[in-house]
Amino acid sequence: MRRKSPLERVQLLGRAGIDVVTSLGRSTIFLLAALFGRGTSGKFTQLLIKQLYSVGVMSLAIIVVSGVFIGMVLSLQGFSILAAYGSEQAVGQMIALTLLRELGPVVTALLFAGRAGSALTAEIGNMKSTEQLSSLAMIGVDPLKYIVAPRLWAGFISMPLLAMIFSVVGIWGGSMVAIDWLGVYEGSFWSNMQNSVSFTDDVVNGIIKSIVFAFVVTWIAVFQGYDCEPTSEGISRATTRTVVYASLAVLGLDFILTALMFGDF
Amino acid sequence: MQNRTLEVGVGLFLLAGMLALMLLALRVSGLAVGAGEDTYKVYAHFDNIAGLTVRSKVTMAGVSIGKVTAIDLDRDSYTGRVTMELNKDVDNLPIDSTASILTAGLLGEKYVGISVGGEEELLADGGTIHDTQSSLVLEELIGKFLLNSVNKDSAN
Repeated sequence: MRRKSPLERVQLLGRAGIDVVTSLGRSTIFLLAALFGRGTSGKFTQLLIKQLYSVGVMSLAIIVVSGVFIGMVLSLQGFSILAAYGSEQAVGQMIALTLLRELGPVVTALLFAGRAGSALTAEIGNMKSTEQLSSLAMIGVDPLKYIVAPRLWAGFISMPLLAMIFSVVGIWGGSMVAIDWLGVYEGSFWSNMQNSVSFTDDVVNGIIKSIVFAFVVTWIAVFQGYDCEPTSEGISRATTRTVVYASLAVLGLDFILTALMFGDF
Repeated sequence: MQNRTLEVGVGLFLLAGMLALMLLALRVSGLAVGAGEDTYKVYAHFDNIAGLTVRSKVTMAGVSIGKVTAIDLDRDSYTGRVTMELNKDVDNLPIDSTASILTAGLLGEKYVGISVGGEEELLADGGTIHDTQSSLVLEELIGKFLLNSVNKDSAN
């Protein structure tokens, strides 16, 4: 292989830049067309319910189990640190604020990307490689409306709900460890929590975060499936990309959102 | 049949989500439903509010009767002005009541304690408590203590 001249290197950089921009543009057009485009949507509710089941209900188990364990671990760690300062009662507020502000939305989004996002990509990619999407288009059914839109909406709806369930279950797990096992007094556990958690600042901001994450993760998952190379190798690469891109996007966005919401101390 | 299980599952999922939101609102953040109106505002000026924060509780005889809603500096008197919202059902505070900033435990949170005065006239909405006791600042206390012992030494 011969050495590349500086001009060729610049050309490669330009090509990579153009690729990124075109793919961003295509995915935006894809999203807008799927969400707001005109088309047949007579059976939309039924399609949505089916997707809500496979995206939301099927993710419940992993969300609930990880929520309980994360809450319990937070409780144990928080207790051992706070006990050094003689303020074990504050463990309740620590668990609640950590879960509501950060871990609830973020961990749910990461688990969702792994559990539901990868499945969405693989499913749509497989449909594309077996030419189901083009067959649908041929019989006059818009695949964006029939396949893509219900999956997008199902993701947008189910993830905030999953994040809230995650927080509740986590707080329950944490309270179990703190009260029943470590012996924190129950009254001060809950009253400390209620004093320090504000509905508008903490709960609502957490929900806003999870709505943003839901949007990004589902969008990435569905677009990667729709845009993948229609071979088995292409599907596997698209699935990997979904998980990697979605996780990175969630973590990056989380920093930005946290700075916007809680940064002005 | 298959369809029905799906719909029941999704319905339960949505219900669980809404239940979670309700639990977060009521149990975790202690949001009270429709309790927004029945409070009145009282101001108090402190020389030093050190450590008091918004949403700290206001107590009387140890019973929580309201909360701190705002803290700002009064430009004219150079004191900290604390705005408190007290429950409407405690509307019989005399105007010479005392407000002091107290600490729960040695290192615990700060709160405002109000003790009753003897006047006939009552605090109205927007009234000000004039008799105040500032927060205990540990550094000042230590400073005074050191000064005392130095004075004693030099007296000997």
